[in-house]
Amino acid sequence: MSKLTFARAINAGLRKSLENDPKVVLMGEDIGSLGGVFRVTDGLQKDFGKHRVIDSPLAESGIIGTAVGLAYRGYRPVCEIQFDGFIYPAFDQIVSQVAKMHYRTQGRVKMPITIRVPFGGGIGSPEHHSESPEAYFTHTSGLRVVAVSNPQDAYTMIQQAIASDDPVLYFEPKRRYHDKGDVDETIDLSAALPLDKAAVVNSGSDVTLVAYGPLVKTAKDAAMAAADEGISVEVIDLRSLAPVDYPVVEASVRKTGRLVITHEAGQSGGLGAEIAASITERCFHYLESAPVRITGFDVPYPYSKLEMHHLPDLDRILDGVDRALGRPNSLSGLEG
Amino acid sequence: MLTDQAGKGVHHDTPGPGHSAQNSLRTGGNLLQLVSPEGERISHPEFDVWVKDIGDEQLCSLYEDMTVIRRIDAEATALQRQGELALWPPLLGQEAAQIGSSRSLRDDDFVFPSYRESGVAYVRGAHLSEIARVWRGNASYGWDPLRINLATPQIIIGSQSLHATGYAMGVQLDGANTAVLAYFGDGATSEGDVNEAMVFAASYQAPVVFFCQNNHWAISEPVRIQSHVQLADRPTGFGIPSMRVDGNDVLAVMAATRVALDRARKGGGPTFIEAVTYRMGPHTTADDPTRYRDPIELEDWAAKDPILRLRKLLEAKGLLTEDVEGRVKAKADAVAAELRASCIDMPDPQPLDVFNHVYSTPNSWIERQKDHYSRYLNNFNQPVEEGAL
Repeated sequence: MSKLTFARAINAGLRKSLENDPKVVLMGEDIGSLGGVFRVTDGLQKDFGKHRVIDSPLAESGIIGTAVGLAYRGYRPVCEIQFDGFIYPAFDQIVSQVAKMHYRTQGRVKMPITIRVPFGGGIGSPEHHSESPEAYFTHTSGLRVVAVSNPQDAYTMIQQAIASDDPVLYFEPKRRYHDKGDVDETIDLSAALPLDKAAVVNSGSDVTLVAYGPLVKTAKDAAMAAADEGISVEVIDLRSLAPVDYPVVEASVRKTGRLVITHEAGQSGGLGAEIAASITERCFHYLESAPVRITGFDVPYPYSKLEMHHLPDLDRILDGVDRALGRPNSLSGLEG
Repeated sequence: MLTDQAGKGVHHDTPGPGHSAQNSLRTGGNLLQLVSPEGERISHPEFDVWVKDIGDEQLCSLYEDMTVIRRIDAEATALQRQGELALWPPLLGQEAAQIGSSRSLRDDDFVFPSYRESGVAYVRGAHLSEIARVWRGNASYGWDPLRINLATPQIIIGSQSLHATGYAMGVQLDGANTAVLAYFGDGATSEGDVNEAMVFAASYQAPVVFFCQNNHWAISEPVRIQSHVQLADRPTGFGIPSMRVDGNDVLAVMAATRVALDRARKGGGPTFIEAVTYRMGPHTTADDPTRYRDPIELEDWAAKDPILRLRKLLEAKGLLTEDVEGRVKAKADAVAAELRASCIDMPDPQPLDVFNHVYSTPNSWIERQKDHYSRYLNNFNQPVEEGAL
């Protein structure tokens, strides 16, 4: 067991994949000698060569489009999109090619492409550096979408993503890059929790709180604070956003009867809406109150002096927990 | 004899390493032509040698392929009119560009086409039912891409140029001497992906050939809306050598393609070929070119018809015998009949096939929807089974 930062854990996972499979190649902007703007690929080009850790031209569609060709040739490209807000030039290649090739060819051509995306806010950046675009991709069939929340999962899931024969969007919470955690680098990938499974990271009985990526830590902190008031919050780290592991969420809601979902992305048409709808369909009669969403606002990601208002934090999540429980809260008196 | 003509003024017996045409690829904005519209063989000091091996038999064989694909095109258009195909993108007029280029490829080369390359698919060995399948709506792919090294028809304009470049980067990583060829049209040269593909291909010196069929029309938009310079001038800015060839001259197309493929195989990097041709038919069977195109323009190009031109050459050489004509016609008739039969006999996909192959591994969302839809269908007491796909 070693103590690694989030960024080093991903780096170690990438290194392991490069070692284990000669077909793995990394592509992206500044990932070579610089080691990426967040240093996630630090040292990899030096150790594996410029032919396997490729500094690409500044063209996101080009990165993903050439990855499609490499996959056609039998490679397993791992593409880095430098920041969440830079992924849109590649949107067409991801949605029209990466996601659909397996279906188009009825399984003859596989797209084992991993697309790493540092996402989310909280680092005081200018525009386009703090977005949460995951719902665009969870809405796109043919893609698997995951968001990691801790160094161990980061290490394990990057390797599982690369080993997956289906394309995976791998969202990394950039504000957690420097958080440290225990990482078992000897973990057996086949014995580890599969890529499409959620994890209960805090057991509780009063409310189910669903989070992913950067907000898992916030959710766990909220659960701890709630416990001080005698409220038992069960926290679920979704890990997989497409598909969502509904049986785990459903089992929890059948127990607690109350559901709060939190994410940094805007509310309307977001993943929270989908989860609320699906859980309502699946276990309506177990719900004691309407599902609650605590999310970013339906605004463009704001300038950094305002981002703390946009991002769900511990207090907003607790306010949501109070709403789910019917306790006094900021919207008391407004409930339908 | 063609080979005799080709021999004049040529210092090299066979194409090969270090041949002069390799280093002086550029046609300098001039249209490379080895056969005039009147069917006369035009000698070229550098390119002749690249088609020196194309003897009488080969010329007749090219004529056969071009005639057969024109017949496939006509039959498919008729099948669409009869409701047997949902849509068909005709390639009428582009037979020399497609047959000449694809006949220059090796089996281990890999090709990324657009949706109009049915002639290429035929040459690569796609079954006729596989060519028809996409357009009948029975599948989104025709042939197995890995069986004939030909990607599925690409509908997003220019997208495949990046796939070809990436594949070529993979070839480089493998240390293979395979070449990769991407087909696209004049309209695609405006797409970001084609431009990004040229950036990537130049940066990594990838073994890829960008084969642009300038058929003058992107649905209703003339090529002048796409570019204020000749398309062959554009790659120069990316550091990619280019050739501008008469796309209705099958020999010129072969010569240029062979030069470019040879260059790719020998580590010379990417090449761009602008094959100047003309889409004599509509964009697809859903299009009506009379709304936007001057009929005189079509007449002008009809005089430059690629098959007519090859016929004139064959006639001049005394090769267009009754025997050859009869053989080619019989082949075209047989292929057309087979296309029709395979199209009409094609088994329909089954309802639950809609869920198959979205992912290569089980997916809980898809499984649930498949289960629910299966139950729904069972309400009608219909047998629900999965088809062949």
